[in-house]
Amino acid sequence: MSQEIDWAQYASDGFYDELVAAPGEPRAVARTLLADIGALGAEELAARQEAADVSIKEMGISFTVYSEEGGAIDRAWPFDVVPRVIPQREWQRVEAGLKQRVQALNLFINDLYHDQKILADGVLPREVLAKSINFREQCMGVDPPLGIWAHVCGSDLVRDADGTIYVLEDNLRVPSGVSYMLENRLVTKRVLPELFEHYAPLPVDDYPSQLFDTLAALSPRPADYPEVAVLSPGIYNSAYFEHSYLAQQMGAELVEGRDLFVDDDDCCYMRTIDGPARVDVIYRRVDDLFLDPEAFLPDSTLGVPGLMRAWKAGNVALANAPGAGVADDKVVYAFVPEIIRYYLDQDPIIPNVPTYRCMEPDALKYVLEHLHELVVKPANESGGYGMLVGPASTAAEREAFAEAIKKDPRNYIAQPTLKLSTVPTVVKKGIEPRHVDLRPFILSADRQQVTTGGLTRVALRKGSLVVNSSQGGGSKDTWVVSEDLPSEPLASSRDAAERLSQTQD
Amino acid sequence: MLSRVAENIYWLARYIERVEDTARLVSVNANLLLDLPRGIAPGWKPLIDISGANELFEEHYKDYGERQVVRFLLGDRRHCGSIISALTAARENCRTIRDIVPREAWEQLNGLFLFASEHLQQGSTKSGRHRYLREMIASVQGLNGLLDGTMLHDQGYEFLRLGRYLERADMTSRIADVRSATLLPEADELRPFDTIQWVSVLKSLTAYQMYRRSEQIRVQRGPVLRFIFHSDSFPRAVRYCMETVRAGLERLPRNESALRTLGRLARSLDAAHLESLSHTELHDFVDELQAGIAQLHQEIATTWFLPLPEPPAAEAD
Repeated sequence: MSQEIDWAQYASDGFYDELVAAPGEPRAVARTLLADIGALGAEELAARQEAADVSIKEMGISFTVYSEEGGAIDRAWPFDVVPRVIPQREWQRVEAGLKQRVQALNLFINDLYHDQKILADGVLPREVLAKSINFREQCMGVDPPLGIWAHVCGSDLVRDADGTIYVLEDNLRVPSGVSYMLENRLVTKRVLPELFEHYAPLPVDDYPSQLFDTLAALSPRPADYPEVAVLSPGIYNSAYFEHSYLAQQMGAELVEGRDLFVDDDDCCYMRTIDGPARVDVIYRRVDDLFLDPEAFLPDSTLGVPGLMRAWKAGNVALANAPGAGVADDKVVYAFVPEIIRYYLDQDPIIPNVPTYRCMEPDALKYVLEHLHELVVKPANESGGYGMLVGPASTAAEREAFAEAIKKDPRNYIAQPTLKLSTVPTVVKKGIEPRHVDLRPFILSADRQQVTTGGLTRVALRKGSLVVNSSQGGGSKDTWVVSEDLPSEPLASSRDAAERLSQTQD
Repeated sequence: MLSRVAENIYWLARYIERVEDTARLVSVNANLLLDLPRGIAPGWKPLIDISGANELFEEHYKDYGERQVVRFLLGDRRHCGSIISALTAARENCRTIRDIVPREAWEQLNGLFLFASEHLQQGSTKSGRHRYLREMIASVQGLNGLLDGTMLHDQGYEFLRLGRYLERADMTSRIADVRSATLLPEADELRPFDTIQWVSVLKSLTAYQMYRRSEQIRVQRGPVLRFIFHSDSFPRAVRYCMETVRAGLERLPRNESALRTLGRLARSLDAAHLESLSHTELHDFVDELQAGIAQLHQEIATTWFLPLPEPPAAEAD
């Protein structure tokens, strides 16, 4: 019997911990979980962690990285067995906030490609749009089905030291990670089944069918069973595992650009051994500029010549719609509270991280004077590239950034350094706090749906705030649970949990 | 089924078959040489002749010595017919169709690829070669068994069989051709060694035992040729391969033109009186057969696979 874990020794100094309120003091929603994990003890927990790692390898859950030899290799997905728990009541508010946000963003994108009222009314400065690199002229005047542009949105949420949840950014181009959210639950069920005796986290596994319904709702031939395809750049893409996983789970075809063609009738077809087969909806995981060499980069071979033509003619639906990335801009992000007020006449439910827009003179002055304590981000980089992290920067770096910002203030925003919340995580010797964020996925078509929780990404290195998988980040299963936990689990809910785990394995 | 997926399955099968056939060939040649007196042994060049890659070989190697030939056939990535190249290609093909191929099959192929790369050095030595090649052949057999036993026997499976049996027919005919052409002059004192060569032809195809069972006469040119070209019950014989290909084609849509091409091929195979053919005539016959196989492949590709990418449009000035 290994030594019990003593939660009184667990301290997340100065940070908000998702499970532990203070040393020895669990949050209400996590009380039973911490007791169960504590009782397992450090050794047993380490053994379960190992079992999870083995399981992930066996199940082939991987992400692709590029090896030195130039080929792509699959890496096992890093995973930590201690789940992150979110009280259902809190989640309901977050869910409402995300729906509100994405609804407003869709109205915003649609407006930008039509009347541009928000510019005329002076709510969004014209300069922001003029310098947007993800705005697509080619989309002006297009009416995608249901007026929706961002069908799948992955918004990153973080919790600051005082417990407030903020939206850090919205990913409206090709957000990834949802397959790992689904697989994390299966792995947890395999390696820590006893945790489910006291908890019935809300299921996450209806996502693929929700995604299919979302896509099917866009079909230009609503009477027929829609032909849905997932368009992937191919096996060298880092998210190829996810592309093939989602295609399998939805029962959709996984295609590459060369599998498709657009005919003279402006319809899109797959090349099958039975001859051409018409495609109704394409869940594309290829960036805008590679979608169609006729409309964008002529040299690109990833896409399908004429696809934009077919899309504009309404003969094939694209999700996300081309041009949706215009709302991915970090300067646009800084305006989202105004965007919500403008289109919905509501106050935002989830706040933005306080953000300085360098294009505004007062903000610019403040940012230049406080570079050492701010995080500065360029408008259109993703994956944490091109950022200045003030507290960790050198004088020379700050000098260079100051020059760059002064040269093009529109292109920069700045935010205070966040104190990301932590979750207990298995380390070599027991358990320690590690920083996390959360990426829920919001589906929009004829109705909106939000994943139950989302993908919790965790910075596995001590003290690190970097949660990206390519840079040493991992992930955790994420549980949304009711706070009104019965002291003893109800027989029926336990049976249900067992049935569920049987059918899913 | 997507054309690209069908094409990938087809090539996956061809590459896997190529791995096995190449491993057999190297293995049997090594054994043959041990049985022949030094002066008259054909050496290792015939293996390169079989692969048809003499030009590429001569570009990179000084002579047809054992080390060079074995290295070329086992581990040279510049040669697309080498075991390592075929495995790499098979693995890449398999990776893109992981939803069609059972997971165990992918893992087996992946394991085989890793084994082949990690033990290549050992496989290149005289002493380690036998084990290396035996492992290779057994793994491919295991992989084929997994595919046959666990994959959906739907259209995808037909493409798997098309690839496997076309490649096999091609390889069997090459082996017969080259072995036959390099056979010793018809001098009486060499007769015992002549038999050994025909035994080696059979052994390259693991056909020796089955030949004895089926033909019940001693090993000699005519019956051997008849067996490996015309048997309809030996699974590596050309006719058996063709019949399997026909069965596969018949289950696919839009198959008329491929079936016609196969029909012509099968008729010319049946019409050949192999026993009475001279070396030269046999060689011509095999050439024709291979051209027919290539044509059938072309027909399959045109009917069901992705069209080749159009050449990039000329730069407009």
